[in-house]
Amino acid sequence: MSRFVIPLAVFIVLVAFLAIGLGHDPGTVPSPLINKPAPDFRLAQLHEPTKSFTAQEMRGQVWLLNVWASWCVSCREEHPLLVQLARSRAVPVYGLNYKDKREDALAWLTEFGNPYLLSATDTDGRIGINYGVYGVPETYLIGRDGVIRYKQVGPITPGILQETILPLVKDLSK
Amino acid sequence: MKRVRLQLLLLCLGFQALSGQIVAQEAKRIADDPELERRVMNLSQELRCLVCQNETLADSRADLAVDLRREIREQMKAGKSDKEIISFLTARYGDFVLYRPPVKPTTYLLWFGPFVLMVIGFVVLFRYLKQRRELISRQPLSPEEHRRAKELLQVVPEKEPA
Repeated sequence: MSRFVIPLAVFIVLVAFLAIGLGHDPGTVPSPLINKPAPDFRLAQLHEPTKSFTAQEMRGQVWLLNVWASWCVSCREEHPLLVQLARSRAVPVYGLNYKDKREDALAWLTEFGNPYLLSATDTDGRIGINYGVYGVPETYLIGRDGVIRYKQVGPITPGILQETILPLVKDLSK
Repeated sequence: MKRVRLQLLLLCLGFQALSGQIVAQEAKRIADDPELERRVMNLSQELRCLVCQNETLADSRADLAVDLRREIREQMKAGKSDKEIISFLTARYGDFVLYRPPVKPTTYLLWFGPFVLMVIGFVVLFRYLKQRRELISRQPLSPEEHRRAKELLQVVPEKEPA
């Protein structure tokens, strides 16, 4: 009897491990920045390059920092949801325009709509490195204390927004 | 056959020459300090490109890899040690950027799991062999079993296939 039971048990365990493995997205690397202070930056604003924007000035607010670029295909996929989110005023959305040309970025926003209260321009991607950006779009949820509470790699989906991000916003706004 | 082999050899040599050229081109662009460049390459061999995860930072042509190599180069110029640069990168991208993950409680299973499995395998194997040997010495074959074993072991000459 045990001749069959043991290999069967081993097989089932193996299948269970493989099944769990299939559910993981190897493209998503857990960020070490969760629950760490958001790296500060001072960058020129996209629409008014003479003005700057700093992460520091957002202290006291719960906000989303969405890393985007006009050359990024998945950003288009995510964009309508961001526009909708901005309209709902559930949480202020700021943009980090990553390694983009100013004209292209402005044209892109004109074409698809601008969900951002403002966008900062990270032309050479240095601030992106500080935030551990490796694939645009990426979105950071930052609390009042300036601590990163959640990071989304890849486009935000309606499911993630409703089930993860908005409840977290509610929690952090308390 | 010989000719094919020669062609293959020539092909390989051709590729090598080609890749040599590519390396030379890369080096020309940034060769103001070959010693520094070697350090950058050595360190980035140890680091994973996050975009194409099976490539090292040294091999990858992804935009992010170029940026990260620039970051490493600048930090080295600023006199940072390899260790400091690695901790800079792991603070931002996690241990995932390291091809050699550090030994710590969350990676114990990764580092020692295979050895544990091997030890378990040996224990199972030795116990099984011991059990079998005891069984043989405790209950030797009966005359009837002896006869059957002999019968089974006698090779019946098969017909040669035509």
